Amino acid sequence: MASLWEYANPRKFMGTSGALLPWVSYGAGACLVVGLFWGFFFTPDDYRQGSTVKIIYLHVPAALMAINAWFMMLVASLIWIVRRHHVSALAAKAAAPIGAVMTVIALLTGAIWGQPMWGTWWAWDPRLTSFLILFLFYLGYIALWSAIENDDTAADLTSVLCLVGSVFAVLSRYAVNFWNQGLHQGASLSLDKEENVADVFYLPLLVCIAGFVLLFLALVLLRTRTEIRARRTRALLARERMA
Amino acid sequence: MMPDLGKYADAVLSAYGVSLALIFGLVALSLWQSRRALASLREIEARKDHDHGA
Amino acid sequence: MIALLLRDLRLAVRAGGGFGLGLAFFLIVTVLVPFGVGPQSELLARIAPGILWLGALLACLLSLDRIFALEWEDGSLDLLATSPLPLEGIAAIKALAHWLTSALPLVAAAPALGLLLSLPQGGYLWLMVSLLAGTPALSVIGAFGAALTVGIKRGGLLLSLLVLPLYVPTLIFGAEVARRGAEGLNPITPLLLLAGITCGTIALLPFASAAVLRINLR
Repeated sequence: MASLWEYANPRKFMGTSGALLPWVSYGAGACLVVGLFWGFFFTPDDYRQGSTVKIIYLHVPAALMAINAWFMMLVASLIWIVRRHHVSALAAKAAAPIGAVMTVIALLTGAIWGQPMWGTWWAWDPRLTSFLILFLFYLGYIALWSAIENDDTAADLTSVLCLVGSVFAVLSRYAVNFWNQGLHQGASLSLDKEENVADVFYLPLLVCIAGFVLLFLALVLLRTRTEIRARRTRALLARERMA
Repeated sequence: MMPDLGKYADAVLSAYGVSLALIFGLVALSLWQSRRALASLREIEARKDHDHGA
Repeated sequence: MIALLLRDLRLAVRAGGGFGLGLAFFLIVTVLVPFGVGPQSELLARIAPGILWLGALLACLLSLDRIFALEWEDGSLDLLATSPLPLEGIAAIKALAHWLTSALPLVAAAPALGLLLSLPQGGYLWLMVSLLAGTPALSVIGAFGAALTVGIKRGGLLLSLLVLPLYVPTLIFGAEVARRGAEGLNPITPLLLLAGITCGTIALLPFASAAVLRINLR
């Protein structure tokens, strides 16, 4: 078994990710189509929420990925700081816009669901508020990447921002909890709780989550490849100008 | 074929519409950027090979 | 280190802009609020702690980009970095200088502005205490943001975008202390949390600021 670190070599990464990308993309497409169709057409309405329960198939996976994308960026930033693998820094850069879009999806679907259910588009509930703050963190991270010209400096600075931002994101989560008790229901999925969502909703939801995870992976691979190519283009251009 | 969404049809459909539009937008943007990066890399590599090869 | 602090203070006093501008901004924001929400004093009294905290926070933000900018432009930051002083210490001193010149005048001015917003009697003490306990965190976090954006031309807007989300916990606890104080509730719990955040940021963030400065100076 090859060491994981071999994929830090851009050439090796390009080879493997190129072979992997179609499969991950097909998997993502298949899971999303199956899960969303299953959820949309073949699940019953909830007795309290009516048909709005169908929004869960978008809301919960998007919210999960919004948080996990940041977590992945944190790990990738740490790897960049400690071991200085360029692929890792570029993967963190590639993941940020995806995380931001996932956050927007979670917020929008939540608002659309909240309008008929809670009677309001928006409430300053801890979970909602923390997601909004998470979105601001994504914006700042993306803005910092695009503001700095030197690639390595940008990778270093955004990594530190990601680390510090993570600490403050967690702090904000608890601060917001302290500040306002919420309307939002507890976790929809957990292993140790009695009151999970019912099985009819659970299985298509799992498929949708798998679909979102694969979609995230496919997009990260694709965007990282784009970044590697763009960087190589810049390097070649610079060399051309020197010659 | 369309399930009966009852009085919440607008909410459910708009949630699906907005989310799918965002996802497709992101995928399309990523694909477009990827194509563009690949094209410019090919172009410059071809130029380089041309310079050195001939 | 003390020499550096004194130099920074002297520069700030001589340039005059530092606290003058921040204070004027704080005053204007406070004066504009009643125009926005109406002159009823019960309403103003209710929102006064939050508005004062927000005004102080924004006024702090205004002067952040100057923490490292001058030294960066004339190259003395490179000299400071090669001096025997650890860069962490320099970052901490810079944050301290910012706090003394920008934040402390705001704290002193806050009660006067509280009068304008008809802050309740009991609120003044806790407003001052919460600002005293919270503004050091604002300065230290701001110094980190300033260090991040020091190499970027026109980084001011980016600086606000980066720093404002980091200000969330401080603002929440600070405004909560002031609000509870104004309403006669017990403000000790949020005050302790606020002090905890301040101590934590003072202890840790100068290291991050120094790391970031080193990257920018490379």
